[in-house]
Amino acid sequence: MIPASFDYERASSLDEALNMLAAGGEDARPLAGGHSLLPLMRLRLARPSLLVDIGGLDELRGVHADGDSVVIGALTTHHEVAGASELTGGSGLLAKVAEGIGDPQVRHRGTLGGSVAHADPASDLPAALLALDAEVTLAGRGGTRSVAAADFFVGPFMSAAADGEIVTGVRVPTREGWGSAYRKFQRRAQDWAIVGVAAVVNWTESGIAGAAIGLTNMGGTPLRAPGVEAALAGTSEKAQILAAASKVSELETPPADENASSEYRVHLAQVLIARAVAEAAGCPGMQPG
Amino acid sequence: MATAEKYVGGGVPRKEDPKLLTGQGTFLEGLTLPGMLHAALVRSPHGSARINSVDVSAAAAAEGVVAAYSGADLADEWAAGLPMAWPVTDDIRIPDHWPVAQDVARYVGDAVAVVVATSRNAALDAAELVEVEYEVLEAVVDVEAALADDAPRVHESFDDNKSYTWALTNGDVDAAFAKADVVVSERYTQPRLIPNAMEPRAVVAQSVPSTGDFTVWSTTQIPHVAKVLFALTLGIPEGQIRVIAPSDVGGGFGSKLNVYAEEALCIALARRLGKPVKWVAGRSEGYLATIHGRDQVQKIEIAATSDGDILGYRVNIAAAMGAYLQLVAPGVPLLGAFLYCGCYGGEAYHFECTGVFTNTTPTDAYRGAGRPEATYAIERAIDALAREVGVDAAEIRRRNFLPAGDMVQSPGGLAFDSADYEPALDRALELLDYDGFRSDQAERREGGGGKQIGVGFSSYVEICGLAPSQVLASLKYAAGGWDAATVRMLPTGKAEVVTGSSPHGQGHVTSWSQIAADALGIPYEDVTVLHGDTHVAPHGMNTYGSRSLAVAGVAVHNACDRVVDKARGLAAHLLEVAPEDLEYEAGTFSVKGVPDRTKSMPELAFAAWTAHSLPEDSEPGLEASCVYDPPNFTFPFGTHVAVVEVDTETGAVDLVRYIAVDDCGPVINPVIVDGQVHGGVAQGIAAALYEEATYAEDGTLETSSMVNYLVPSAAEFPSFETDRTVTPSTSNPMGVKGIGEAGTIGSAPAVINAIVDALSHLGVTDVPMPASPERVWRAIQAAQGGEA
Repeated sequence: MIPASFDYERASSLDEALNMLAAGGEDARPLAGGHSLLPLMRLRLARPSLLVDIGGLDELRGVHADGDSVVIGALTTHHEVAGASELTGGSGLLAKVAEGIGDPQVRHRGTLGGSVAHADPASDLPAALLALDAEVTLAGRGGTRSVAAADFFVGPFMSAAADGEIVTGVRVPTREGWGSAYRKFQRRAQDWAIVGVAAVVNWTESGIAGAAIGLTNMGGTPLRAPGVEAALAGTSEKAQILAAASKVSELETPPADENASSEYRVHLAQVLIARAVAEAAGCPGMQPG
Repeated sequence: MATAEKYVGGGVPRKEDPKLLTGQGTFLEGLTLPGMLHAALVRSPHGSARINSVDVSAAAAAEGVVAAYSGADLADEWAAGLPMAWPVTDDIRIPDHWPVAQDVARYVGDAVAVVVATSRNAALDAAELVEVEYEVLEAVVDVEAALADDAPRVHESFDDNKSYTWALTNGDVDAAFAKADVVVSERYTQPRLIPNAMEPRAVVAQSVPSTGDFTVWSTTQIPHVAKVLFALTLGIPEGQIRVIAPSDVGGGFGSKLNVYAEEALCIALARRLGKPVKWVAGRSEGYLATIHGRDQVQKIEIAATSDGDILGYRVNIAAAMGAYLQLVAPGVPLLGAFLYCGCYGGEAYHFECTGVFTNTTPTDAYRGAGRPEATYAIERAIDALAREVGVDAAEIRRRNFLPAGDMVQSPGGLAFDSADYEPALDRALELLDYDGFRSDQAERREGGGGKQIGVGFSSYVEICGLAPSQVLASLKYAAGGWDAATVRMLPTGKAEVVTGSSPHGQGHVTSWSQIAADALGIPYEDVTVLHGDTHVAPHGMNTYGSRSLAVAGVAVHNACDRVVDKARGLAAHLLEVAPEDLEYEAGTFSVKGVPDRTKSMPELAFAAWTAHSLPEDSEPGLEASCVYDPPNFTFPFGTHVAVVEVDTETGAVDLVRYIAVDDCGPVINPVIVDGQVHGGVAQGIAAALYEEATYAEDGTLETSSMVNYLVPSAAEFPSFETDRTVTPSTSNPMGVKGIGEAGTIGSAPAVINAIVDALSHLGVTDVPMPASPERVWRAIQAAQGGEA
C-alpha cells in the first residue's frame, strides 16, 4: 500500500523542528527512524499532514554517563543502545532489550525516542524504562520538561507528550550492582512480544534485596507489577520466586488477541517473571529446569 | 538414445540466479507502457452486503482520474463470468462470478468499483472517494456453520450452501469395518492458509483499437490456459490475444494458477479506454483478493486388526470453496481423494467430500492442493491407530506399506507407478538414530523437566505429473493434461528450447537446458529456453501440481530425440552411409568402425540451415516438436521426520531437527530438488506451527497482513537434513516424478505427530494446527485434567 499524500520538511535544529511542528498543526508528526510511523502510514491507519524529519539533529543522538544515571538521546538507534558500554548495572537492561528488537534493519534505523514516543504497549523498551524508573525528557516551544516513565505512558499509543512536543531522550538510573534480564515471548523471532518481562534485581547474600518488574503487552500501557515486587523481597529460593510471580494475577486482566487469551497471558507472565528474576539474580540454583 | 549424462544429475548453477541476485530481474511491476493508466479497486468491507448504490462521481472528478465504474457500469463487458474449469459433478452449483460485483458483495475484498487514473497514487486516493451504500447481510465464514440448516446463504439463488458432494467407494467398506478389532475415528481441521508468493500479483493489458489485438502481461502460472479463458470471458477472438508471463514471476504456489477478476478487468478497461491499464496488488490487498488454500474439516476412520493391520478407510470432508468457485477449486479435494489411504494397504475405501460456500475469499489450489490435507489426515490417524493398538509409530507404517513394485494397486483405486516405501523409512530412521532418540526421550521423561522431546513421522505418497488427459476427463476436468516442447538447432550450433511450461521460480531454464544439452551433445550454456509468451510458445498447459518435469520436461526430452533422429538422416546423407551404420554419442555421429568419419550436431545444424545438400524428402532446418500426454500420473513418496522440544510450561515448540528422505525418481538437478524440498518443508512447517487465516463472524479477515498472519522466516527453522532414494517412475521414459510439492505434503503431519509424541506421556493425543504455544499449553492442561 502507498501512504496518503503528506508534506515533508527536514529540520536542522531542535528549535526549527518545534517551529515546523507548531506551524503544521495537530496532524504534523516528527519523523525519526520511521519504523513505527511509516508502517502505519502505509496502511493508511496514520495520515499525518506533515512529517518533520528530525533525523539530522545530532544533538539528540548518543549515550552519556551522568553521575549515577545514564542519558540516552532520542535518536540513538536500538543498535547503538545495544552496544552502549555506559549501560552498566541495572541499566544494562536497556542494552539487552534493544538487542532483541525486530531485526538488524529495524535496530539500525529504529530509535529509542521513536519507540518511546510511539507508546506501543507491545514494544519492549517502555516496560524496561518503567522497571528502571527512567525519566523521559521532552522539548516544546515553551521549554523542556521531564516526565517519569510511570506517568509518560497513559494508554495504547498515547503518551503524556503534548502536541508539538518532541521526545528528546531518557535519563536512566544506573543501579550499580543490580542484575537485569528481559524475557520476551513471541511466535516468530521478529514479532512483538506476546508477553515480555523486564526484571532488575538486587541480589545479595541473603537473597533478593530489591526487585523491579516491568511488563510488556499485559495492558494498554507497559505495567509495573508491585505485588510481585513486594513478594520477591527477601526471597532466595526458586519455589518462593514462583510464588511471588503468581501475584501477577492480581493485576488487571490483560488483553486477549489472536496470539493469546487473557488467561494464557497471565500464565505466561508468571512463568516469564520467574525466569527473568532468576536470570537477573544470577543465582544458578534458581535457574528454571 | 545414447546419452552421456554430462549435465543431468549434476548440480550446475541455476541460469536464473545471476540476474535475480544482481537486481536485474524483469518483474511486471517494472513494466511501463506509453500512455499507461493505473487501476485501483474499491472492495467490499462487508462479509455479505447488498449493493444498493455506487456513486463514483467524486472519484471520477478527482485529479488524475480518467474513469470510474461500478459493477453495473461494466456489466456489458463480460461474455461470461470468471471461469471455473472443474465442475466435479453433474449437479454442481456454480454461481455467477463477475469481476466487479453487481448486486451483492459476498466477501470482504469482493470488488465493487474500479477507478482508473494516470498514476497509481491518484487511483488509490480516488478509490477512497467512491461512495457505496450497502445493506449489510448476515455472513457465514465457518465451513461447518455454513452447512447448518439455518445458516445464512452465501448465494440466495441456491437452497443451501452446498456446491457439490463427490464420492468414491472401492470394495466393501461396511464389511471391512464389521470385522475390524479396532476402529479409530479422528477429526482434524485444515486451517485456511494464505499463499505468500514473494511477488504480489500484477497485470498490464494493452489494446490496439485499430486491429482489436490485445497483449496481456500477467504474473500468471498459466499464460496459455489464461489466453483461452480471457477469450471466453471477454468475448475476444482467441487469436487476437497474446498473453505474456514475464520471464521472471516471483513465485505462485498455486495462487497464480487462476484467472482473476483484475486480469479480466484490466483487459476490459484497456478495451473501453483504448490505453494500457495496469494493476498491482498491495500485500494486504492480495490477502483479500488472491485465493486462499485448505480450510477443510476432515473426518477419517480406520478399521484395523488388533495387530494394527489396516482393513478399511472411511473419510468425509467438508471443504470451504469461499464465496465463489475459482478456476479449479471444486477439484482440489479430488486431488487428495485417492490418497487418504496414503502408502498403505487395505480392502476397502470410501471417500466423500462436500464443497461449501462461505463468505470468505475463494479458495483454490495451494502448494500440494488436496494432497497435504489427505496426507495430514492419514499420517495423523495412523499414529492414533499405533497408540490404540500399542505398536511403534515407525513399525505400524512398515507393517501397512503397500508392497514394492510397479503399478501397485492402492485401496484408493489408483495404481501407483513404482512403489518402494521401506528404504526411505529405513534411511530416515538411520539419519535420526531412532533408538538413540528413544533413549534420550526416556531420560528426559525420567528427569521430569519442563523441556520434553518428541519425534513425528510422515510416510507420504503423492500424485504428480498431471496428467493423463483421459483420466482428467473421467474426473470432469475441463482441459487436457499434456504439454508441449519444440527444440530447434540454430545455425551456429546452439539450441533453442520452446516449452509449454511457465516457470515462476522452479528453474526450468536450467533443468531444460541440462536435458537438452545432454541429448544434443552441446554445452549447457549453448541452450536457450523460451517460455511464457503465447506468441513464442504456441502450446502449453503450464506449471502447477509438480507437473512440469514429468510432462513438459519429458516433452523436451522427446523433442530432442526427434531432432537427433532427423540429424541422423542428414549425417548419413553427408557421410554417404546408411543411418543404421552411424553411432551417436555426446552430440557426434560416427561411422561404425570408422571413428574418424564424424559429423557433430553443430555441423549438422549449419548444414540443415544452409540446406545445400539434404537427403531426399527432407526439409531444411533441424527442429522437432513433441506434445506429450502421459499414460499415468507419477507417485513420488518418502518419509519425513520431525524432532521437537516442547516447553511444557509455556507450550512453546522448538523444532530441533527435520529430516526429509524423498523419492522423486532420477534427479535432473540436485540443487534445485533440495531447494524445492527446503521451501516445501518450510511451507508445511509453517502450516503446522504458524500460519492460519482467521475471519471474524462478520466476515472481516483478521489476519490481514504479515503482522498477524505468521509467515515464518529462516530464523524459525533448523537446518533441514535431506536425502533421497531413487525409484524411477514407469509413467514416462525419463522415470522422473516431480518434487515441487512433496515437502509441503510430507511435513505438517510429521511436526504435529512429534508434538503429540513429546507430550504423549502426559496424556496428550491431539494438538490442532497451527500448534500455537497457547494451543499446546491448553492441550497439556486438558490432558492433565485442568481447564482447557
